[in-house]
Amino acid sequence: MEKFGFTILKERHIDYDANDRSIAEYIAANEPSFSLCIECGCCAATCTAGSYTKFSLRELQILLKRGENDFVRDNIKKCMLCGKCILVCPRGVNTRNVVTLAREAFQKNMKNAV
Amino acid sequence: MQFDPFVIPFNIGLYFILIYAVVRSVRWFSDLSRSDKLRLQRGFFGRAFGQSIKEIFMESLIHRKILKSNFRLGFMHMSLAFGWFLLILFGTIEADFFGEKHLNPPYKAIFFKFFNPDHGRSGFEAVYSFWMDLILAFILSGLFLAVIKRFSSKVVGMKRTTRLKALDRIALTSLWLIFPSRLIAESFTNGAYGTGSFLTGSLGSALSSFLPAQQMAYPFWWLYSLSLGTFFILLPLTRYMHIPTELFLIFARNSGIRTGDQSGAFKEIQTYSCSSCGICIDACQLSFSADITNIQGAYLLKGIRNHENVSDIAFNCMMCGRCDQKCPVGIELTPIRMIRRRAGETETVQTSILKKYLPDRLNIAPVRANGKPSYSYLPEVEPEKTDVLYFAGCMTHLTPSIRNSMVKILDAAGVNYSFMDKNGGVCCGRPLMLAGQDREARELINFNSQHIWKSGARTLVTSCPICYKVFRESYYIDVEVMHHSQFIKMLIDDGSLKLNFLRKKVAYHTPCDLGRGSGVYDEPRDVLKHVVRLQKTDFEDENSLCCGGSLGNMKISYQKKNKIARDAAAALAKGHPDILATSCPLCKKTLASATETKVADIAEIVAEAIAPPLLKKNITDPLNRIKEPVRLF
Repeated sequence: MEKFGFTILKERHIDYDANDRSIAEYIAANEPSFSLCIECGCCAATCTAGSYTKFSLRELQILLKRGENDFVRDNIKKCMLCGKCILVCPRGVNTRNVVTLAREAFQKNMKNAV
Repeated sequence: MQFDPFVIPFNIGLYFILIYAVVRSVRWFSDLSRSDKLRLQRGFFGRAFGQSIKEIFMESLIHRKILKSNFRLGFMHMSLAFGWFLLILFGTIEADFFGEKHLNPPYKAIFFKFFNPDHGRSGFEAVYSFWMDLILAFILSGLFLAVIKRFSSKVVGMKRTTRLKALDRIALTSLWLIFPSRLIAESFTNGAYGTGSFLTGSLGSALSSFLPAQQMAYPFWWLYSLSLGTFFILLPLTRYMHIPTELFLIFARNSGIRTGDQSGAFKEIQTYSCSSCGICIDACQLSFSADITNIQGAYLLKGIRNHENVSDIAFNCMMCGRCDQKCPVGIELTPIRMIRRRAGETETVQTSILKKYLPDRLNIAPVRANGKPSYSYLPEVEPEKTDVLYFAGCMTHLTPSIRNSMVKILDAAGVNYSFMDKNGGVCCGRPLMLAGQDREARELINFNSQHIWKSGARTLVTSCPICYKVFRESYYIDVEVMHHSQFIKMLIDDGSLKLNFLRKKVAYHTPCDLGRGSGVYDEPRDVLKHVVRLQKTDFEDENSLCCGGSLGNMKISYQKKNKIARDAAAALAKGHPDILATSCPLCKKTLASATETKVADIAEIVAEAIAPPLLKKNITDPLNRIKEPVRLF
């Protein structure tokens, strides 16, 4: 098969038991509006940082809720906190606080690990 | 020498507080930075001295600022502070003239009546007694108001009063006891000797008619001395520490010392200068619109004083600066809050009572450093050379009508400009600063600064007050930064922009960052007066409201934001204007969703009023006029 350019797809199922959802829980506890997100993507569409690099708050929120934190940890820093996403959010999610809390949680996690 | 053991508590308290005030002042002075020390020295021995003395008299004693804004509350503060001052001053004079000898120890003046019960029978002495009674009555009237305020703050015209700690309550009780106990003690003594004037004299004779006045007086003199002593001893642990600290603060401020963005001795002095009077609570829109009543300046400073973790308080604020304007002590609450935000979360420190007398310095950890740069993805820029650079800002991109109007205005005025963030630029950095992330903000500032340098522009025009403030304060660039309202005014003044007059009623909302934040009040209003009929609102200039959309508040929920916006919009639209004008894209966006009235930016109104060059052409060429009908909106 591989001769013909086909490969075996990477496994894509989400293992909620193995994933670490603590960061999403921390954010939801401190910013209840986090759980209102309907993943419409308005925030990503209007994003200032998103026009320069691949940065989508929608994607990061989904990953956080799944507990796939590694990608989020590297990318959440790209946000400039300019606040356009708050204004366009149809659900009234306080996105700036979500981002700050996520950064805070990653920093705390790092400290615990060390 | 006249002496009685009951004066001992008072003496201990008095000498303790005097020594303590000196020790703390010396410590604060030594903690000031080198340049601030020089400033204070120059201020103390220079012209600022007279100014400071005047301010101490007007603000610390008379409480002029509070009197102006709320007479009953001001009277309460004045009668206690100024009345007590008069009582001490004239008590000392009384003891000096009528006592057994001159230059008495302080307790002679305070307990004068006890040691000279026969004083005040006739002649000048009686007049003097009348005067002293009058002062005491003045204080008691204020005390009466203060007691009522504790139970129902509405009586003195305040919606809310501050919540107190246990120690504050004890100190408050001892303060409340001081003057009634003096009244009763003096009355009994006067009753026994048949002296005293209209207050203590008549009360004394009434009491002595059915009570053994001679025996009853002594315990009340003890109570008077004890409550004074307790108050003085507890003073450093409670909010009453503001009394000595405020004197230091006034001298420091008049010498030109400012908070800046560094934590230091001046910030500590301001923290202790807060009397928790609660005026900031009433001024705060979070309090009267959104019902969030635990985050105002008084609580922030109280938390800092007690070494608590105040990060929740610090981040839950719109940074609109209304409290800065209202604070009767003139504490720079917003800069202090910014310093606190940079520190992030801190541990609550429990200290013993003894430790609280000489607490650790209220230093705040500097900016947290965390490794790699965050915005390395930003591209190198090669801007074209230009005179005027127009920076719309993130929020303006979200309200394209403002951006388009600005482009129309700039084109109509024939300005040689370049659009810095035509295809969506980089954030100015202030939102990050407001979130306490200065290091990250600095990266964006450097990026934008490079862009501005390379363009060789002399003038930077921005449509967003948030950007305007940060460009002026935190960018090291050699250009003139202008808000678009200022720029439009300049264009109108030098005649490059010809405008029609629109027959519309407009109410103007001053954005926080433009008005209180940067002191730009008149230009937007002048521009509006040029094109429309401007209405007056109840919230002008320093008293202007916040729209509620502020990026300063990290914590507030959408519902509460909207409530603030609706209240603000309703207050501004009271006179039924055709348009609610503002000069901030964020205010426009927030207010538009909260009111039925049309909300427009100044730029939009001006763009609508631009006199079209077509008009002139048509007048000269009648044929053209028929072909192309002139569109007047």
